[in-house]
Amino acid sequence: MHAGIIFFLVILGSVLFHIFTPWYWTDIASNWGSMDDTITLTFWIGGGVFVAVCLFMTYCVFKFSYKEGRKAEYKPEDKKLERILTWATTIGVAALLAPGLIVWNQYVNVPKNAIDVDVMAWQWGWQYRLPGEDGKLGATKVVNINDNNPFGIILEDPYGKDDIMIQSDVINLKNNRPVKILLRSVDVLHNWYVPQFRAKMDAVPGVITYYWFEPNKVGEYEVLCAEYCGVGHYAMRGGVIVQSEQDYEIWLQEQQTFSELIAKQKKIELNETKLAKK
Amino acid sequence: MSEDFKDNKVIHAQSSETISGGTGGSAPDLDYVRPAEVSDQDLYHGHSFITKWVFCQDAKVIGIQYFCLATFTGIIGLILSWLMRLQLGFPGAAGFMTAEHYYQFVTMHGMIMVVYFLTALFLGGFGNYLIPLMVGARDMVFPYLNMVSFWSFFVAVLVLLASFFVPGGPTGSGWTLYPPQAILEGTPGSGMGIILMCVSLILFVAGFTMGGLNYLITVLQARTRGMTLMRMPLTVWGIFTATVLAMLAFPALLVGSLMMMLDKLLGTSFFMPTILKAGEVLEYGGGSPILFQHLFWFFGHPEVYIVALPAFGIISDLISVHSRKNIFGYRMMVWAIVGIGALSFFVWAHHMYVSGMNPWFGFFFATTTLIIAVPTAMKVYNWILTLWRGNIRMNTVMLWCLGFIVTFVNGGITGIFLGNVSVDVPLSDTYFVIAHFHMVMGIAPLMVIMGAVYHWFPLVTGKFLSEKLGKWHFWTTFLGAYSIYFPMHYLGFIGVPRRYFEMYDSPYMTSAVGMNEFISLAAFLVGAAQFILIFNIIKSLKTGKAAGKNPWQANSLEWLTPTVPPEHGNWGDRLPVVHRWAYDYSVPGAKEDFITQTTAPSEVADTKVEKT
Repeated sequence: MHAGIIFFLVILGSVLFHIFTPWYWTDIASNWGSMDDTITLTFWIGGGVFVAVCLFMTYCVFKFSYKEGRKAEYKPEDKKLERILTWATTIGVAALLAPGLIVWNQYVNVPKNAIDVDVMAWQWGWQYRLPGEDGKLGATKVVNINDNNPFGIILEDPYGKDDIMIQSDVINLKNNRPVKILLRSVDVLHNWYVPQFRAKMDAVPGVITYYWFEPNKVGEYEVLCAEYCGVGHYAMRGGVIVQSEQDYEIWLQEQQTFSELIAKQKKIELNETKLAKK
Repeated sequence: MSEDFKDNKVIHAQSSETISGGTGGSAPDLDYVRPAEVSDQDLYHGHSFITKWVFCQDAKVIGIQYFCLATFTGIIGLILSWLMRLQLGFPGAAGFMTAEHYYQFVTMHGMIMVVYFLTALFLGGFGNYLIPLMVGARDMVFPYLNMVSFWSFFVAVLVLLASFFVPGGPTGSGWTLYPPQAILEGTPGSGMGIILMCVSLILFVAGFTMGGLNYLITVLQARTRGMTLMRMPLTVWGIFTATVLAMLAFPALLVGSLMMMLDKLLGTSFFMPTILKAGEVLEYGGGSPILFQHLFWFFGHPEVYIVALPAFGIISDLISVHSRKNIFGYRMMVWAIVGIGALSFFVWAHHMYVSGMNPWFGFFFATTTLIIAVPTAMKVYNWILTLWRGNIRMNTVMLWCLGFIVTFVNGGITGIFLGNVSVDVPLSDTYFVIAHFHMVMGIAPLMVIMGAVYHWFPLVTGKFLSEKLGKWHFWTTFLGAYSIYFPMHYLGFIGVPRRYFEMYDSPYMTSAVGMNEFISLAAFLVGAAQFILIFNIIKSLKTGKAAGKNPWQANSLEWLTPTVPPEHGNWGDRLPVVHRWAYDYSVPGAKEDFITQTTAPSEVADTKVEKT
C-alpha cells in the first residue's frame, strides 16, 4: 500500500515539477520556434503516455496486491486488445514523427537569401569570415593556413580576395536575415552552438558542414562548443552580437578584407626590408 | 518458426479438448515428448580448488565470476561518477581535480558502465548462470571455451585498469573515443591511454565472442526434450537475441579500435584528415572522422539493446512470477524482442544527427528510430497488463520491477524526443541526453539487475536476502536516482552542454547551480546505497533465512534442479522433460497457483490450459 502511494507521489511530483520548473529553455532568438513546438507536442503525447502507464501501474498495485487465496486471472493473450494498442501507438508515433520530419526538411534546406558565414574552429577558439561584395566565400585549404593567411584561403581563387575576415571569437549578425553557418575545423570535432538559436552542427576536420537560422532578436549571445574537443572544451566560448541593419552595416565597414590584409602585410614587409637595408 | 508454432497450436487444441472432455483415456499420448536426439553431454568435473573455482568450466561458476568482476569494475565506475559529481556540484572541492582528470573520469565511467559492467553482467553473469538451467542443459555446450571467455574478460579488465597507471593516464576522449581528438595531444591519455583502451576492448570482444557462441549454440542445440523455442522463458529469449546482436555489432567496435590503433601507431589515416596542430600540419591526410562514428554507433546502438533485451526478458519473468500470472501476450513479447533486435541495426545514425554526416540521412534514421518505439511500447503495455488482475506480491523483487517500469517508460519517452531528428537538434550534446540515457540504460537496467539479484539469490546460495534491507536499498536507489535524472533533463532545456568541466559563468546557466548541488548530493546517496546490497549479501550468506526448493513457486526449470543450489551438471541423473511454457500461473482448475514446466498434462488433467 505504502509503495503504491510513493509511486503515485513520484508521478504527481514529476508532473508538478514540469509545470512549475524554473529551469526551462532560454528565450528563443531565432526562427526555430518550430523546434520548441515539436518539443511541446512531444511533451503532451509522451508525457501523457508516461502518466497513463504509471498511473495504471499504481492502480494495479492498489487493486491487485497479494491476498491469500485469491487467484489471478488466467489470460495468456488478447488479440483484440493487442491490436488496438499496436495501432494506437503507431498513430501516436506517426503524429510525433511527421512534424519532426517537416521541421528537419526546413533545417536542411537553406533559404536562398542566407548570408554565408565561415566559422573556423580549432583547439580552442573560433574565428569568422564573411563574403565580400561578390557574395561568395573563397575556397580554402588547411595547408595554406599561416600568419599571413589565417583562414587558409587559396590565393588563386578570385572569390577569396574580398572576403571579410573577423579574427575574433565574436561575430555580428544582421537581425531578421538568415545566415548559413559553414563550419570547418582544422584539428578535431567542434560544434558552434548558441542555445537561444536552438540550432547546432558539428564542425568536422576535412569537410565543411552547415546549418542555418535567422536571428530575430537584437542582443548579445554566448557561443558554446557543444562537441567534446579535448581539455579546453568547456572554455571554448565565443560570442554573437545580433544587430539592426544600420548598426550591422557600420560594423561591417570597419572590418578588414583579405586583400587589405595582404596589402598591409606587404607594406610591413617592405618597411622591414627598407629598415634592413638602412 | 511460425510454421512450428501453428503445429503446436493444433496439437494443443486437440489436447485441451481431450482434457475438458474428461475422457482421459489417452493420457500416455498427452504426455508424449519426442525422445532426445543426442546423448548426454560429458562434463569435466573439477577436483581441486583451482579447477572448481578459478579455471572452472561450470557455467554457473563462470556466471558468478563474471558477476563479481563486473560488479567490481562497476564499483570503480561508481566511484568515478562520485568524483565527477563532486566537481560538477561543488567545483574545486576536490583539490586534485583538473580538467584532464575530469575528462578521464568521464571516459572511464562511461566505458566501464556500458561495456565492462552492464554487458558483462547481463550476458556473462546472468547468461552463463541461467541459460543452461533455464533450457534444461547440463552446461554450456563448449565449457572450456566458456572458461577462456571469462579469463579474456579478466585480462581485458586488467588492461583497462592498467591504463590508470601509465604515463599520461587513461584516455580522456569521452566514452565514444571520437578521433581525431582521441589520439591527438590536447586530449588526456592520447598516448598509452587510448592504446590500452583499444587493446582492452579488442580483448573484451574476443572473449565475448567465445561466450556468445556458447550462449547461442546452447540455446539452439542443447535445449532439453520438450523445450521448444516458444516455450522458453523470456529471459532466455532476451539474452539469446542480445547475443545475436552482440555477435554482429561488436566486430564494428573491434575494427574501429584496430583502425584507430593503426592511425596512432603506424600513422595510417583511416580517421585522420589533414590536421593543423600548433601551427604544424600533421602527417595525416584524407581520412574521415565520421567513418569512426559510423563504426562506433553501428556497435553502439545495438549495444543499447544488448543491455536492454536481457533486461526486458528478465523483468518479464520477474513480473510474471511475482504477480502469480502468466506474462501477457507471450508471443508478442518474443516477436517484440526479435523485432527490436533486428531494427536496432537500422537506427545507429540517430546518434549522429548533428555530426556533420549528410543531413538527408536524418529522415531515414528518424523514421526507423520511431518505428522501434512501437514494439518497445508493446512490451511496456504487456508488463502492466500482466499486473492487471494479478495477485501481486509486493516484495523487494516486485518493487524493483515497478521501479524499472517507471524509469524505463520515462527514459523511453525522452528517447522519442532525441530520436525525432529536429527535436534532437536543440537537445543533443546537452544534459538532456545524459539524463535520457542514464534513465533508460543506466537506472532501468540497474533496477532489473537488482530485481534479478533478489530473485535468484535463493537459487544461487540457498538463502533469502533480507527483505528489510532490500526495501531500504530499493527506495533510496529509486527515489535517489529519479531525483538525479528527472530534473537533469531540464538542465538540457536550458542548454547546458554535456562534458563541461565547469560552466557557471554563463548568465543563463547560473540558475542551475543549486540544482547541480542537489543532483550531486543525491548521487552520493544513491552510490552509497548500493553498499547496502553488498552488506545484505554478506549478512544473508551468514544468517539469511534458508530458501529451500523453489521458494517463489516459479515454473521455470532453473528452480527445479534436484539440489539447491544446483550442482555441476545441474540435473543429477536425468534431464528434465518439458511439457509446457514457463507461465502457467493461476490456471483455472489447478490446485496450486503454478504448474511447473516439467508437470505432465496427465498430472493436472482437470486444468484448462490455453497454451502448451
